[in-house]
Amino acid sequence: MLEAADLQCVRGDRMLFDRVVFSVHPGELLHIRGANGSGKTTLLRMVCGLVQPAAGEIRWRGQNIGKLGDEYHRELLYLGHLPGIKAELTALENLQFACAVGGRSVETQFAVDALRKMGLKGREDLPSKVLSQGQQRRVALARLLVSKAPLWVLDEPFTALDVKAVAMLQDVLAEHIVAGGAVLLTTHQEFTLNSGVQRVLQLGG
Amino acid sequence: MRRRAEVLTVLFFFVIVVSLFPLGVGPEIQTLRLIAPGVLWVAALLASMLSLDRLFSADYTDGTLEQMLLAAQPLSVLVLSKILSHWLVSGLPLVLISPVLGMQLGMDLDGIGVLVLSLALGTPVLSLIGAVGAGLTLGVRGGGVLLSLLVLPLYIPVLIFGAGAVEATVSGLGAQGHLSLLAAFLILALMLAPWGAATALKISLD
Repeated sequence: MLEAADLQCVRGDRMLFDRVVFSVHPGELLHIRGANGSGKTTLLRMVCGLVQPAAGEIRWRGQNIGKLGDEYHRELLYLGHLPGIKAELTALENLQFACAVGGRSVETQFAVDALRKMGLKGREDLPSKVLSQGQQRRVALARLLVSKAPLWVLDEPFTALDVKAVAMLQDVLAEHIVAGGAVLLTTHQEFTLNSGVQRVLQLGG
Repeated sequence: MRRRAEVLTVLFFFVIVVSLFPLGVGPEIQTLRLIAPGVLWVAALLASMLSLDRLFSADYTDGTLEQMLLAAQPLSVLVLSKILSHWLVSGLPLVLISPVLGMQLGMDLDGIGVLVLSLALGTPVLSLIGAVGAGLTLGVRGGGVLLSLLVLPLYIPVLIFGAGAVEATVSGLGAQGHLSLLAAFLILALMLAPWGAATALKISLD
């Protein structure tokens, strides 16, 4: 589904990685590991198309992602380091906005249920700036519950989450994989999913 | 409109700058009438420029900008809607309050009418051009100064024809030529700037 061929990354005058090859198929989770500074975040951003690789190509369903453009974006969900939510909007509004930007509308009740499942019951209508960092992270993660995108690209998704939330996120990831989706993620945390295929890509060996 | 402070900031700046001129130059009405078109236009230009770095910086810091780059809609469409809302907050208030300030500087009704029209045509162009500059200087240290340097040369034609339209009306020559050119700038900017700003954002987020 997703293929990367001979990716090279140059940041400033350092080459972070070269000739990286991997592929991700439906039902798989690819865990990208590496020391700090080995280019994991940059690799994820390359997969999203936010960063151009110095060499190499990324293909989605056989076509170069540069050519696909917005069509590729429709099938992709990216959660980076930044929460990606607006402080002035409420959690509910943020979720609805994120869905609209992703190309689909979501019924209010469905969004509220997603927020509830992420442990934000009773806080859906508060402006997001009064939420704690962990709660803001949960608002961002609520997008996973309402998204229909097959490919999830997550950068350190377990950050700022408590033990219960970590377990819940692992379940969400497992459900997505079993349903035929694919996940690409980086994390320093050790984790295992109880279903689906899990593979590892080591950067900077 | 949860960001009322932004509208008021731009408005206050505009009003204060224009109000400083009678104090600095002297209350002689003939002098004020002479400099009024230029003063009003320069003040509007500066007020618009000051609010530019807020166009994308908040979204850049909280991560929503990169989500916009990954949107299912074309980025230039999203950028255009951001520019439109920027103009509604920083350009339209200037257009609406300009008659009051025009009277303060002793302009007559014809002049004020053309002033409003020229600002209505010109301030969107300023927002559109400014968006390209804001996109390029996003996240750059000292970006405010760099933004002014990038954007001011492109603002100058708009200023010349905007203030020129008002002067032409006041001196009886008629402002059709100036206003048509401003309208042409607007159409050109509408076609090119969203795409330019979108490209600038992609470069900045690389």
